[in-house]
Amino acid sequence: MSERTLTRMDLSEAVFREVGLSRNESAQLVEAVLQHMSDALASGETVKISSFGTFSVRDKSARIGRNPKTGDEVPISPRRVLTFRPSHLMKDRVAAGSKR
Amino acid sequence: MIRSELIQKIADENPHLTQRHVERIVNTVFEEIIEALAKGDRVELRGFGAFSVKARDARLGRNPRTGEAVDVEQKDVPFFKTGKLLRDRLNGK
Repeated sequence: MSERTLTRMDLSEAVFREVGLSRNESAQLVEAVLQHMSDALASGETVKISSFGTFSVRDKSARIGRNPKTGDEVPISPRRVLTFRPSHLMKDRVAAGSKR
Repeated sequence: MIRSELIQKIADENPHLTQRHVERIVNTVFEEIIEALAKGDRVELRGFGAFSVKARDARLGRNPRTGEAVDVEQKDVPFFKTGKLLRDRLNGK
């Protein structure tokens, strides 16, 4: 398997090829997509992209953790975490992709 | 926020682009990520997060209705890890 890592650059290159805007503008639009999604999530909103997946923000309560090296107890303060739930379409395509 | 609202926000900021154009742009971004994952590639978007593929071992599952044991094959599943910047933003840092 190829195991490549794609970055923003690859996404803007795809937009550039698909839509024919300048490379610069394509990059700005990719950034705008990520920015709007981040803003919504930071404000606690769920972001639901049909046939892609759902990003939701969950509240975690405070708990006592442990430093695995020293065994010391350390308090973990309440925090918000992001979870991503892939759509069925994404799961199916990823599962099918690995079989080839 | 849903896909159409995301498209609307970007269309509002880019009055020189048609709604159709913005739709294609946004759809391309998500499609490209799915295609990469389907090939087994990773997609790393600094500050936002990284999409990758993890292997789930074959296991013996159970039909929840009948309680019957069923073989579940080894399969790859998509995984997302939140980027540091976004994680900090969620916690108001």
